[in-house]
Amino acid sequence: MKTAIIQFPGLNRDYDMTTALKKITGYLPYKIWQTETTLPDVDMIVIPGGFSYGDYLRCGAIAARQPVIQAIRKKAEKGVMVLGVCNGFQILLESGLLPGTLMRNISLKFVCRKVKLEVANADTAFSRSYSPGQIIRCPVAHHDGNYFTDKKTLEQLEDNGQVVFRYAKGDNPNGSIHDIAGIINKRGNILGMMPHPENLIEPAHGGIDGRFLFTSALGIAS
Amino acid sequence: MLKGKKQIMKARVTVSLKIDVLDPQGKAILNALNNLTFNNVRSVRQGKIFDIILNENDIKAAKEQLEAICEKLLVNTVIENYHIEFLS
Repeated sequence: MKTAIIQFPGLNRDYDMTTALKKITGYLPYKIWQTETTLPDVDMIVIPGGFSYGDYLRCGAIAARQPVIQAIRKKAEKGVMVLGVCNGFQILLESGLLPGTLMRNISLKFVCRKVKLEVANADTAFSRSYSPGQIIRCPVAHHDGNYFTDKKTLEQLEDNGQVVFRYAKGDNPNGSIHDIAGIINKRGNILGMMPHPENLIEPAHGGIDGRFLFTSALGIAS
Repeated sequence: MLKGKKQIMKARVTVSLKIDVLDPQGKAILNALNNLTFNNVRSVRQGKIFDIILNENDIKAAKEQLEAICEKLLVNTVIENYHIEFLS
């Protein structure tokens, strides 16, 4: 079970993600620097969270224009699973691998807490270990998680079941339209989400709700 | 002008949020202004300015290039509009 972690200057959740992937798959992920133009053969590519390029210009905007993004695009076209968490989600949106954008939280405050998520679509490679409508817990930590897109794209996302995770009723921490917490591409191999599943994978974290996302995606027994 | 030598051209790109996009920062600034007793201020929308210097003689080519720069990096066209003006 091989995975790769993409590294940009300013990311700070790469160590958490590396640890989670090691614990779940048994192997350390490849660490791939932003200047790489080819990627090793892996089952899943992960862009972790943090503050790439200090959030200059817009969150994820500079990272999304680095050489490694073309390499990720090529792998994704071949069907390789891609997961972007938090800043990783912002980078996927800025690179056009997923539609829409993430704006400043409506409260203007940085939110760092556990939220309840509803599994809006349990029929994706990333969410098949959950049941439809299941409420799971997951930590969030962000300043710009307020998902927004135009009306037409929003309708398409909803009609195609591309909204995979929603903040549970009354627990939207950032003002996201339709309570969107995570979306997937049409083909179903690129998932971006604001919450951090890698921070809830073992009992010492206070729960293992996030673990099933990785075991689903990688097809391993949880 | 020397043959083949490119002139300096200065441009200003203004990026603003589209009208139907909520601007929480602009709203917070509006509240602060009202608290400072600037009571007649009704709306504030926050944006960005980029001052860009190019080596280019042809204004049409410069405009096309700046549009590409906006579309490819400076502007998130999902939520933002842009305006290009030449300063000299």
